[in-house]
Amino acid sequence: MSEPTVPQSQPPVIKASNLDLTFQTNDGPVHALKGVNLDIGKGEFVSFIGPSGCGKTTFLRCIAALEQPTGGTLTVNGMTPDDARKARAYGYVFQAAGLYPWRTIGGNIRLPLEIMGFSKEEQAKRVKKTLELVDLAGFEKKFPWQLSGGMQQRASIARALAFDAEILLMDEPFGALDEIVRDHLNEQLLALWSRTGKTIGFVTHSIPEAVFLSTKIVVMSPRPGRITDVIDSRLPRDRTLDIRDTQDFMDIAHRVREGLRAGHAYD
Amino acid sequence: MMRSVFPVLAVVAVLIAIWYAAAVWLNTPWALDKAKRAEVTLSTSDLIADTWAQDKPKLPAPHQVAIEIWNTTVEKKITSKRSLIYHSWITMSATVLGFALGTALGFALAVGIVYNRVMDMSVMPWVIASQTIPILAIAPMIIVVLNAVGISGLLPKALISMYLSFFPVVVGMVKGLRSPDAMQLDQMRTWNASGGQEFIKLRLPASMPYLFTSMKIAMAASLVGAIVGELPTGAVAGLGARLLAGSYYGQTVQIWSALLMAAALAAVLVGVIGAIQRVTLKRMGLA
Ligand SMILES: Nc1ncnc2c1ncn2[C@@H]1O[C@H](COP(=O)(O)OP(=O)(O)OP(=O)(O)O)[C@@H](O)[C@H]1O
Ligand SMILES: [Mg+2]
Repeated sequence: MSEPTVPQSQPPVIKASNLDLTFQTNDGPVHALKGVNLDIGKGEFVSFIGPSGCGKTTFLRCIAALEQPTGGTLTVNGMTPDDARKARAYGYVFQAAGLYPWRTIGGNIRLPLEIMGFSKEEQAKRVKKTLELVDLAGFEKKFPWQLSGGMQQRASIARALAFDAEILLMDEPFGALDEIVRDHLNEQLLALWSRTGKTIGFVTHSIPEAVFLSTKIVVMSPRPGRITDVIDSRLPRDRTLDIRDTQDFMDIAHRVREGLRAGHAYD
Repeated sequence: MMRSVFPVLAVVAVLIAIWYAAAVWLNTPWALDKAKRAEVTLSTSDLIADTWAQDKPKLPAPHQVAIEIWNTTVEKKITSKRSLIYHSWITMSATVLGFALGTALGFALAVGIVYNRVMDMSVMPWVIASQTIPILAIAPMIIVVLNAVGISGLLPKALISMYLSFFPVVVGMVKGLRSPDAMQLDQMRTWNASGGQEFIKLRLPASMPYLFTSMKIAMAASLVGAIVGELPTGAVAGLGARLLAGSYYGQTVQIWSALLMAAALAAVLVGVIGAIQRVTLKRMGLA
């Protein structure tokens, strides 16, 4: 079917050139990002992997205009990240589910829709649709504490999907879940991605997860936070969990592991 | 429910027993004095009976207070100047008005402190300083000054209540409005929410548990304020007036019944807030 390569003609959705971000802390400057260059094309699924503190979250937050780079340029949809934020170009899934305890699951998913001024019927329609998408139909009236951690995380993904932004940024969304649930959610996420053609930025600590999901794997290393390898995956877009036993999969996983080792060697 | 009733009753019974014993102890000198002047000797049981039935005892016995309360509530028309219900009503109106004003003021100040850097730096020290001045010192001034400009009755007392009750609301609401964490605020940013939306949909609901806790304290403080406000006016009506009149004439039974009435009023008012709290938080899924 479709090829993992991006047509040359389309401009990148996210473009970082020589991006720097230095935090000034009491213990001196922290170089969270240094000289980061990366192009992400439309419809790509890009995973960020690397040891703790290498700037994965920081980079995602820069794209979302939650953090202000101190050097270089970054554009989202050809605009500044802040303009893209105001144009509601992306949905962001935080590491913790972060549902509002005083709102039901349905109410939580409705929250961004209320803020963005969707009509009441449209809100109801979208809440229903996204709940089905993440397998939570029937839980609309429940409060977050009545759901398991995995269900809450799915609800928070639904919330980020509800307003149907073109870009989806996810910071270790499945980090706290057990392997079986994680596999299941990975498959669902892939299905969603191939159905909608969204551009996805995905932070993970898991090599199999990164290889299974991505068309492009970005390997990062800390102090200063930088990109050490960018791997374009040859795996077909339509994948099932079985693909993890193929040689291609293992080759890519091997290369990611080598990249992570090389990053650690700098310490 | 039933399980919690027994311990409460047990504690009440113990307290009443202690109260009776204390009445014997405190009222014995006067009983002996009377007996000496009448040149009679009292048996122990006569002595105890006397300590529990004096006209102006140092400490009235529980049943004396109970009878007084019965006589001044159930037996009196509520329009009567001697009805405790009437006096409670006077005090309660000032309490509730002062509480409403205080809560509104506290809420407004909290919003200002959370949203305005200058207010954040400048207002809180004044708020705290305001509470270090003894209310007994400023209550008469407020009453006198307002009387001089022709304002009397309910409002001056309510203002004293407000003065006491805005404080817990400011402190609680500043904490409550600041309780959303960085991630929740970031989420709002990713949706490009306006400041007003952030307030209505995040900060305000997050502050509700804090608000109710503060309001309970504010209500109790407000009642104290209203009673204190009734003391210096020469006091014609209200529980404070009953306390003052009682102490002028050594009517300890009257003082104690007014005190118990004030306690009951506090329990009812705080209980109402508690009920609203339970219903609201339950509907919000927070309790
Ligand atoms: N607000 C901040 N102020 C100061 N330093 C920060 C701030 N945010 C992040 N950092 C620092 O920037 C570096 C990169 O942090 P970041 O959160 O991006 O790492 P990460 O790759 O997401 O790590 P993890 O896998 O543990 O989530 C770290 O050294 C961190 O201490
Ligand atoms: Mg992180």
